[in-house]
Amino acid sequence: MIKVRIPTPLRKLTGGQGEVDGEGDNVAALINTLDKEYPGLKERLCDEQGELRRFVNIYINEEDIRFHQGMMTPVKKGDEISIVPAIAGG
Amino acid sequence: MSKIKGLKCKECGKNYPAAALHVCEFCFGPLEVSYNYDFIKTKISKEKILQGPKSLWRYQDLLPIEGEPTVGLNAGFTPMIHAKNLGSELGLDYLYLKNDTVNCLTLSFKDRVVAVALTRAKELGFDTVACASTGNLANSVSAHAAEARLRCFVFIPSDLEWGKVLGNLIYRPNVVAVNGNYDDVNRLCSEIAGEYPWAFVNINIRPYYSEGSKTLAYEAMEQLGWRTPDHVVVPIASGSLLTKISKGFNEFAQLGFVSPVKTKIHGAQAEGCSPVATAFKENRDFIKPVKPKTIAKSLAIGNPADGFYALKVVHGSDGLIEHVTDEEVVEGMTLLARTEGVFAETAGGVTIGVLKKLAKKGVFKKGESVVAYITGNGLKTQEAVAPVLGVPWNIQPSLTSFQEALKASADAPQTRRGDQ
Repeated sequence: MIKVRIPTPLRKLTGGQGEVDGEGDNVAALINTLDKEYPGLKERLCDEQGELRRFVNIYINEEDIRFHQGMMTPVKKGDEISIVPAIAGG
Repeated sequence: MSKIKGLKCKECGKNYPAAALHVCEFCFGPLEVSYNYDFIKTKISKEKILQGPKSLWRYQDLLPIEGEPTVGLNAGFTPMIHAKNLGSELGLDYLYLKNDTVNCLTLSFKDRVVAVALTRAKELGFDTVACASTGNLANSVSAHAAEARLRCFVFIPSDLEWGKVLGNLIYRPNVVAVNGNYDDVNRLCSEIAGEYPWAFVNINIRPYYSEGSKTLAYEAMEQLGWRTPDHVVVPIASGSLLTKISKGFNEFAQLGFVSPVKTKIHGAQAEGCSPVATAFKENRDFIKPVKPKTIAKSLAIGNPADGFYALKVVHGSDGLIEHVTDEEVVEGMTLLARTEGVFAETAGGVTIGVLKKLAKKGVFKKGESVVAYITGNGLKTQEAVAPVLGVPWNIQPSLTSFQEALKASADAPQTRRGDQ
């Protein structure tokens, strides 16, 4: 299982949970499996091409996936994933 | 009727109540305050502004608070300097500096946004305020929280300049130094904000907070005699300041206080953290985040929230975005100090460095006015310039000793390495 932290704007989809478990070999696969359990989640995070939306950041163990292979970045058991709205700070 | 209609998503247009919210729950776009401008028009006038307090609250009708201001009553209305000395070095007759190095309470433009944010946070019933900061914001939140008797948490990168760390501690907030860069601090704070019912000024209070930056445009126009400048040079960290300065110009035009805006808005970044300048040069409309490495720590945001919008504003205004090296930052700081007597922090060095670059390129035509925004005070980032400033003359308390030193100085002028 991979721990995924859910930001406030998406918690309506996860029944209020701030943290859920998911599975998958990479970020895209992980989001696909989460979407089965929490329908609508993928649409919020990804555009029609399956790319991460402009105003969403995803981190694996505190590291922005845009510094790696984006949605294709591998994930493994024990990783901690954070989904964080990009609009903050400054 | 109230001047605030609510919040509105800048991307998809969905409406929200005027609460402590910053992100659209549908598209993750940023929420902005939406105003009843027709109502505001009936309240505001140049005369009323002129009779208002000598602070940013003279523009209260255009700021997102419902009652009277309660925090940061002396923020804003900083001097506008006609910089004749620097102007003559750069070949500019109408160069102006908006000098927020002397903003109140904490010597940076952040006093503007914090005055608005904490007044609004109090209106929304919060008793605890917080922020993710590269330094200046933390200083301002700490000071204003002390003034407003609010509980306060400020989160900063652990490698911040000592002056900025001390500039928090003196006010006795909870200072949390995070082992990471600003982007790490920001991400962590976004997560903390989801768990604690606090007013994070630049997260859940961000739609109100960021509006405070509009006053840098209002003041510039008023101080120039109700005119918009032909050019502005604005430092870019998150990009919010630049977009709000543009918004401020447009609001005054919409109210009929100035002619339609033709100001070219130029952005300034440090080379070691220039994701927006790079996107501009590569003609991209998206920002590739970077890992910052620059002495301009107050601008060291590798993943700027409003980078996309800053790009749009600059393109739309026919402006440019440039970056300068750390050496040019230091040179900019010393140039500004020795020509105008203004000791700016590293961000000011970035702005002056880019101003100089644009002037050399011939971007400013003869007779055009240029406003450079100097957003923070050099006393907070002393370590950046200390190595190039040389040392004082060390003499004995005798006339002879002074005369010897004077003679020696004529032979070997004091080191001015920062000036080349």
